[in-house]
Amino acid sequence: MKTKAILTFTIVLGLITVNNKIMAQNYNFPELPYAYNALEPYIDAQTMEIHYTKHHRAYFDNFVKAAGEAKIDNLTLEDIFSRISIYSPAIRNNGGGYYNHMLFWKVMGPNTGGQPEGDLLKAIDETFGSFDKFKADFETAAKTQFGSGWAWLAVDANGKLFVSQTPNQDNPLMDVAAKRGKPVLGLDVWEHAYYLKYQNRRPEYVANFWNVVNWKKVAELYKAAVK
Amino acid sequence: MKFELPPLKYEAGDLAPQLSAETLEYHHGKHHLAYVNNLNNLLPGSPFEEATLETMIRKAEGGIFNNAAQVWNHTFYFASLSPTGKRTPSGTVAKAIDAEYGSFEGFREAFTKAATTLFGSGWAWLCMKPDGRLLITQESNAGNPIRSGLMPLMTCDVWEHAYYIDYRNRRPDYIKAFWELLDWKVIGERYDEALKK
Repeated sequence: MKTKAILTFTIVLGLITVNNKIMAQNYNFPELPYAYNALEPYIDAQTMEIHYTKHHRAYFDNFVKAAGEAKIDNLTLEDIFSRISIYSPAIRNNGGGYYNHMLFWKVMGPNTGGQPEGDLLKAIDETFGSFDKFKADFETAAKTQFGSGWAWLAVDANGKLFVSQTPNQDNPLMDVAAKRGKPVLGLDVWEHAYYLKYQNRRPEYVANFWNVVNWKKVAELYKAAVK
Repeated sequence: MKFELPPLKYEAGDLAPQLSAETLEYHHGKHHLAYVNNLNNLLPGSPFEEATLETMIRKAEGGIFNNAAQVWNHTFYFASLSPTGKRTPSGTVAKAIDAEYGSFEGFREAFTKAATTLFGSGWAWLCMKPDGRLLITQESNAGNPIRSGLMPLMTCDVWEHAYYIDYRNRRPDYIKAFWELLDWKVIGERYDEALKK
């Protein structure tokens, strides 16, 4: 009887430990998929390093802390974003900052640029008229977002592409977004994303972004989003 | 009305080492100037063609509000910095600060917290309320407390362009430096002016 009780106790303890591990691993700070200087000359190494090791890291750490305190760290980011309006600014701002930068690193890369192919290109042509018209729409969104924020290409609930802009660290997955959908491309237009190289010249930063867009990755995200 | 960029009352390099000449050259010579130029481009044919900046801050929306408020905010901010100013309050404004925040140190802490925690681009403000008491507020982007009937006395610009060249992501270090540049003679005069209104 005593042995059984101890055994049960041990099993329960073990489960809690396993469960805690799973919880702690629910959110990971992602590896940067390339070197800090990989996007030169369009995005400089110093900006990449500070952006990734300081800004992104701070959003991640602050989000993990806030999500733990709010006892929602068993939820996926997508779940949290879908009802972000009920959570604190700390969850919204840091959760957004964590997710948005993770996507941003993914959709860029060295030796990229050019234009999309296949289904994604077809969808862009259908929605915007042409790749160039899409680029113009996206650039306008990026240039006219007043203050800090992001420009997006996203897929709405009907599987249709749209371009939008969100302030601060909001994104189209959030229930507070004017246009909701799954982001497949994001451009950070916080000044910290470009100030060391471009200072006040945001339009130049935005125009240069096209040289580092990893369209293969964007196409993968698009394929997953329309499923 | 055509607006002009108000000149700084000091040289761009005079606020170093707290704020570099490069920061001042961009902040005043590019950002502040761009808000002036944008506003001048937006005004012709608008209902605000003959309006003051304060009227636009109270009534305008969108681009006219953003640019008018940013012209006003930057002018107000630059005018309160000085290489050789009085670094602590005295007289009537000091008394009001003590009454509201216990001490200058208490006020500094409260204002620093407002400036540090404002998420994204914006401004921290010390204002006088219509009843004459002091209030610290945070405003996003171009926000200005005049719009909600308050009288601004001092402000700290926490857009990243205000500090990124000198401090990168370290906004708290910039705010610490801001206190070392603040001229309380200017803020004391603003306080006494506001009392008369």
